Amino acid sequence: MPTDVEQWKDELYGTDIRAEIEHFAENGWESIPDDEQDAWFERFKWYGLYHQRAGQESYFMMRIGPPGGVLEPGQFRRIVEIADEFSRGPATNPEFGNGWLDVTTRQAIQLHWIRLEDVPEIFEQLEDVGLSTVQACGDSWRNIVGCPVAGKDKHEHVDADALATDLHDTFKENEAHSNLPRKWKVSVTGCDEGCGQGDINDLAFEPAEKEIDGESVTGYNVRVGGGLSRNEPRFARNIDVFATPEQAVEVAGGISALFRDHGDRENRYNARIKFLVDEWGPEKLRETLQEEYIDFELETAGEDLRDSYSYNAGEADGKHDHVGVHEQVDGNYYVGLNVLVGRIGVDDGYALADAAEEHGSGEVRLTQRQNIILTDVAEENVDDLRAEPVLEDYSPDPHPFQRGSIACTGTEFCSLSIVETKNRQVRYGRWLTENVTLPEGVENFHIHLSGCTASCAQPQIADVSLRGMKTRKNGEPVEALDIGLGGGLGEEPQFASWVTERVPADEVPGAIANLLENFAEARDSDEQSFREFVADRDDEELADLIEPEETNYEDPFMHNTKRTWYPYAEEDGLDESPAPARADGTPIPSDD
Amino acid sequence: MTIALRTLDDGAWISVNDSRQVSVSDVWTLSRGVFCDCEPAYVLLEGFVDVGVDGSIVTADAVGQCLDCGTRDSIDRLPIGQIVDGEFEPYGPEGVQSLVEPGR
Repeated sequence: MPTDVEQWKDELYGTDIRAEIEHFAENGWESIPDDEQDAWFERFKWYGLYHQRAGQESYFMMRIGPPGGVLEPGQFRRIVEIADEFSRGPATNPEFGNGWLDVTTRQAIQLHWIRLEDVPEIFEQLEDVGLSTVQACGDSWRNIVGCPVAGKDKHEHVDADALATDLHDTFKENEAHSNLPRKWKVSVTGCDEGCGQGDINDLAFEPAEKEIDGESVTGYNVRVGGGLSRNEPRFARNIDVFATPEQAVEVAGGISALFRDHGDRENRYNARIKFLVDEWGPEKLRETLQEEYIDFELETAGEDLRDSYSYNAGEADGKHDHVGVHEQVDGNYYVGLNVLVGRIGVDDGYALADAAEEHGSGEVRLTQRQNIILTDVAEENVDDLRAEPVLEDYSPDPHPFQRGSIACTGTEFCSLSIVETKNRQVRYGRWLTENVTLPEGVENFHIHLSGCTASCAQPQIADVSLRGMKTRKNGEPVEALDIGLGGGLGEEPQFASWVTERVPADEVPGAIANLLENFAEARDSDEQSFREFVADRDDEELADLIEPEETNYEDPFMHNTKRTWYPYAEEDGLDESPAPARADGTPIPSDD
Repeated sequence: MTIALRTLDDGAWISVNDSRQVSVSDVWTLSRGVFCDCEPAYVLLEGFVDVGVDGSIVTADAVGQCLDCGTRDSIDRLPIGQIVDGEFEPYGPEGVQSLVEPGR
């Protein structure tokens, strides 16, 4: 039997949703019929609007997805202006204030506390500069990710930016591909470092070379069925297909159509294409693609560049992110700035937009490590840019614990998360920076905190993986984290192994400190990387090295933060919630 | 009177008549044997998979983990509330629960 979501999508989905959003916006949140809320909130996702969690009714998260994370000159500033005007909540976050934007692990931007009544005006302001929220959420082509410095990178093999843009232009608002069984995440990598993270996407284009008719052709190998969610992580599997840049859009369309027609629409938990690849195997997928969806003879896979992939590969001399000052192919520089857990306050946002325009081209790019990059900075401007006061907090040379931090949205806004994440990760980073010395030679150390098994912070590909849990401490349930070790990408990607579970959240910084101390003592030599050290040991041995303990770190979020309307509000009980609220913020009284 | 019951947002919560009534990430207290051998078992619900009714009792299928012994498993037909005069009344996760037997 088709699910409720499939029935709602059958009735109305895709671009038809826009007029309905505008209708409801004009008539106010209360105009959405009570018995249609689930259906409409599901449909709104297609336009990048996600109803915030219980206790925050009538407020929405809005996601804006620029392909490959490229924000052209003027676009970043416009998003900051929108955040300033429309993304203000009824309470203040103690770390971030009120009014910010979140850079996500899919090179998108999320705004919170958006009111439905403001959405048409926000859409207009976004479209005015060429931005959109279309298909940022929902069952369709999500934001296409890729090398964040595509088109400017010295390591580039094929122009990933061109393909990401082609795919975006072809498959956004494309009726044939607008209603898929589930989300559809696509990555395009063009460089020899592997920074597009294709392995964890539903569909990955990876740089390759192939001899065709006696000539060496540059293009992409294709992998399908990667993803991290639901305790079922998979790396994308090689389907033995090479596509030239000209063929890549058609191949992508064929695989998307195959997923549309053969994906499981009766069970949403089994719907992602990773499960279809499990069931069919890559050979059957290729065969079906060739027979039913592609008109030309598919080439077999070409020679890939995976043996040179250094991005997040765990090696001391590998590329760990795009932070820092790097030369572009044209002789200008790109300057990657650390954004702690991806969150930028609006005042800082204006300062960063000013800096991008004054010292670079004004273009701002978003990375899959929740950071930003200012591009096209002339050599003579680099020092002036580095001297900008805003770069003290958004540094091109941050401390490794802050540089390596990623956190998902968490219980601040998310329905699925089990624990508070962003503020906690900021506090962890601060404590570790002040109290822990990294072992010799370790200049990069990735700690990813995800609030649940959905894995939005990509915890399984970090050195230290943290995943939201609960435990009992002194007889009371408290927020806790599972700790995994040894994940990363590279030629041979590896998911973290969850070696210690249910560690009370206030004991996690002590656990990481002890782990690093034990690593420093037990490693073979100063050359052995943390990932190599983990790979050499079994889970039991690793668990013994973690040793959780209380320290002088204090965690204000040990209680059930999901049972609050907002974890940081002075009066945080669900009964104290000012939601739902009308457009002017006044609470709407309950019928009871 | 028809009651609309569904799981939504990747199993984050149970919706009753288009209202978010029961959320994941609470710790439910279950009697011994229904999930693991702990007495009682404190089980974190990580995700709802399905929802149904048995008479007036609303039940959920979920995935959970015992906070003491670490057992991670699916839970079938966990009573999460009841329908009284057409209104849903949730059970608190703190009360000790047994599962609704099939065919009851």
